[in-house]
Amino acid sequence: MSSIVNGAGKVVDFVDQRITASNWLKRNIRKVFPDHWSFLLGEIALFSFIMILLSGVFLTLWFKPSMAHIAYEGAYLPMRDVGMSEAYATTLELSFEVRGGLLMRQVHHWGALIFLAAMSAHMLRVFFTGAFRKPREINWLIGVTLLVLGVAAGFTGYSLPDDLLSGTGLRIIEGGMLAIPIIGTYASSFLFGGEYPGDDIIARLYPMHILLIPGLILALVTAHLMILWYQKHTHWGGPGKTNHNVAGAPFYPIYVAKAGGFQFIVMGVIVLLAATIQINPVWLWGPYDPSVVSAGTQPDWYVGFLDGALRVMPAWEFYVFDHPVSLSVLIPAILLPGIILTPLALYPWLEQKATGDTREHHLLDRPRNVPVRTGIGVAFIVFYVLLWIAGGNDFFATILEIPVNWITWFIRIGIFVLPPLAFIATKRICLGLQRRDRDKVMHGRETGIVMVSPDGEFSELHAPLTQSQAYELTWHERQLPSDPGPATDANGIPNPNYRSKRVQARLSRFYFGDVVQKPTVEELEAAHHNGHGSDSAHRDELPSGQQ
Amino acid sequence: MPRSLPGRSRGSWIGRLLSSRRRHPLAAIAVLVAVLFTAGGAYAALAPSTTQNVQAASSTQIEEGRQLFAVGCSSCHGLNGEGQVQEDGEVLGPSLIGVGAASVDFQVGTGRMPLAAPSAQAERKPPSYNQRQIDSLSAFVASLAPGPAEPDEEWLDTSQGNVARGGELFRTNCSQCHNTTGQGGALTMGQFAPNLTGVEPKHIYEAMITGPQAMPVFNDNTVTPEDKRDIIAFLESVQNEPDPGGLAIGRAGPVAEGLWAWLVGIGLLIGMATWIVTRSSKA
Repeated sequence: MSSIVNGAGKVVDFVDQRITASNWLKRNIRKVFPDHWSFLLGEIALFSFIMILLSGVFLTLWFKPSMAHIAYEGAYLPMRDVGMSEAYATTLELSFEVRGGLLMRQVHHWGALIFLAAMSAHMLRVFFTGAFRKPREINWLIGVTLLVLGVAAGFTGYSLPDDLLSGTGLRIIEGGMLAIPIIGTYASSFLFGGEYPGDDIIARLYPMHILLIPGLILALVTAHLMILWYQKHTHWGGPGKTNHNVAGAPFYPIYVAKAGGFQFIVMGVIVLLAATIQINPVWLWGPYDPSVVSAGTQPDWYVGFLDGALRVMPAWEFYVFDHPVSLSVLIPAILLPGIILTPLALYPWLEQKATGDTREHHLLDRPRNVPVRTGIGVAFIVFYVLLWIAGGNDFFATILEIPVNWITWFIRIGIFVLPPLAFIATKRICLGLQRRDRDKVMHGRETGIVMVSPDGEFSELHAPLTQSQAYELTWHERQLPSDPGPATDANGIPNPNYRSKRVQARLSRFYFGDVVQKPTVEELEAAHHNGHGSDSAHRDELPSGQQ
Repeated sequence: MPRSLPGRSRGSWIGRLLSSRRRHPLAAIAVLVAVLFTAGGAYAALAPSTTQNVQAASSTQIEEGRQLFAVGCSSCHGLNGEGQVQEDGEVLGPSLIGVGAASVDFQVGTGRMPLAAPSAQAERKPPSYNQRQIDSLSAFVASLAPGPAEPDEEWLDTSQGNVARGGELFRTNCSQCHNTTGQGGALTMGQFAPNLTGVEPKHIYEAMITGPQAMPVFNDNTVTPEDKRDIIAFLESVQNEPDPGGLAIGRAGPVAEGLWAWLVGIGLLIGMATWIVTRSSKA
C-alpha cells in the first residue's frame, strides 16, 4: 500500500516540479460553495449535458444524415418496402437492430428534455433570487445564450430522424422564414438548398447538431463555470453570512463527493426514464412526407410556446405592392422570440436603472423582499405557460372534451389579461409575506396559546424570536424608492438632470414604493418596550382601551 | 350426534367464515366482485348473440325494419326516412333516402344512433339494438333507395392485408384527423376525429364508404376495397404492436413527454438535490 502511495507521490511530484500547479491547487481546491437545493439546478443541466454528449457519440456511429431515398429492408416489418430517407431508415436501425440503440436514443432524448428543463429552472432561480445583479451580468448573458443554443441543439436534433414530426417541424421553420419580408424566400432557399424540402437539409443540420452547437455550448459552459469560480457563488444571508464572504463547504472533499454523487444521480434518473418510458417512437409516426401532417403533431416542450403562439394568432395578412406580409406568421414565429429574449437578456440593466445601485451583490434576495421583480417573473411564467397550452390545444381539447376554439379564445384573451393579474396577485402575496415577517420580528411568533384574563379578555401568547431567527428575517438591505429632488435649486436654477432623475425615480417607485420595510431599530425598541416580544406573557395589542 | 358432526362441521366452516369475516375490510369488495361476476356472467349468457345474419333482405325483414324505424327513428328522420326540417330551418334529422345499409349499420351498430342528446357530434356508445334488429333497420333504409351496402367479408379479412402499404395509405388519407396511430384528434367547434382503437373492422370500412359526421367519403374509386383492407390491417397491427421503449404514455407524442420530463424528471432531481444538501457536510 505504502509503495503505491509513494509511487503516486513521485508522479505528482514530477508533474508539480514541471508545471508548479500545487500553489494554484492549494488555493482553489478548498474553494467554498454554499449549500442550497436551488444551487444544484445548474448542475442538473451540466450533468444531463454530459449524458447527451455520451449518448450522442453512440448514435453518430450508426446514424446516416442522408436524404437519399431508399425502400426500407430492415427488421421492422410494418415498414417493409416503404419509401423513406436513409436518415429515417438508420434511426429505425438504431431502434430495432443495434444492441442498446433504442436505449441510447431514449437516453439522448430524455436527456435533452431534462437539460433544457434544468436550464430553465436554473434561470428562474437566478432571476427570482437576484443572482444576476452586479457583478454577475455577464454570466446572465452567457446563460441566456446557452438557453438559446440549447433550444437550437434540441430542435436540430428533433429534425434529424426525418420522421413525420421532424419534417412537419421543419416545414413550420420554413414558413417562419418565408414570412420575413424581402429576404424570406432567399433565406429559405439558401437553408434548404432550393425548394422545400430538398435533399440537403438533414446533411446541413447534422454538423450544426453534432459539432457547431455542442461546441459553442461546451465553450460557453466552460466560460460560465470559470466566471462562477472566479466570482464565487452567491449565498443566502444569515448569521455569519455577509456580502463579503461565502459560507459553505469546501470544494474538496465535500463538493467533489456531493457533486460527483449528484452526477451519478442525474445520470441514473435519465437512464431510468429512458429505460422505462418510451420517447419519440419514430416508427409509429412514419417517414416524412411533405403532403402529410398528422393530428396531434407537436414540437418538444421547449419549442411548444412558439408553436402555441402560431396556433392562436389571428390570420392577419396585408399586401404591399402585391407582396403579402403575413403578420399571422411573422409576429409569433419571428418577432415573438425577440420580444421575449431582448428584455430577458437586458433585465439586469433594467433593474439597475430602477435601483440606481452600482454596488456588488453577493447575497441573494428572498423573492418576497423584491415583490415587483417576483411579480414580473410570475407574470412571465403565466405568459409562457399559456403559450404552452396553446401549443397543445388539440391535445387539451381531446383530454378535456371541450371545443378547440374555446381554448384558442381563452388564450387570445388570457395572454393579455392573465399575466398582469398574476403580477398583481404575486406582488400582493409578497407584500403579505413581508408584513408577516415584520410582525414576527416586532411581536414574536404566534404560539397558538390563547389566554383568558381574569376580566374575560382573550389574547394570544406571542413567543419572541431568537436572535438568529430575527436576523434571518432582517439581514436584507432596506431599499427605499429614490427621490428626484427639487426641479430647481434654492436660487431658482433648473437642475439639468431633473428629467432623467424623475424617470429613474418613477421606475424606483414602481419597484420599491409599496415594499413593506423591515422595522427600524427605534420601531423594534418601541415594540419591545410595550411588553411585546418579551419573555413574559403579554396581551395582544388590541386597541381595546382596557390595557 | 357423532354422525351429524362431519356435515355440521362442513356447514359451520362456511358459516363461520361468513359470519366471522363479514366485518373484514375486504368483505365489501369481495361481495362487490361476486355480484359483478354474477351479473356479468348472466348478461353474457342471456344477451342475444350477435352472429351475423347474411341472408338477403327479405320482405319480412324490411317490414320488421319499418316497424322498428317507426318506433325508434321516425320522430327525427320522418316515417319514411325523408328527414324533418323545423320551420326555423333547423334540421331535426337528415333524410336517409339513399344513405344505404352501410350507413345504418355503422351509425346504429356503434351506438351513435339513436342520439343521446343533440351535440356537436354523436358519441360512440353501447348499441341500443341487437345485430338482427340493426340488419332489419338497414334493410328497410336500403329499400328506400340504393346506397352503399355493407362490405363483403372478403374485404374485412385483415390477414390478407398489407400492413406497410396500409400504413402509407393511412398516413396520407386519415392521419390528418385521426393521428398516425389512430389516436384521434380535435376538430373545430367541439367536433373530433374519434380514437380508432378497438373499433370493429366492419365499422371502419363502413365509415370510409359513408363518411359519417365530419368525415369525408372515401369511395371505392379513391380508396379501393383492397386499400381499405390494408388500412384496417395497419390499424389492427398498430394496436397490437408492443411498445419496445417502455411505458407508452398514451403514444401521444411530445406534450405527454414534456409533462413527464418536468413533473417526473425535474421533480425527482429536485427532490434528490434537496436530499443531497441536507446530508451532513463536515469537512
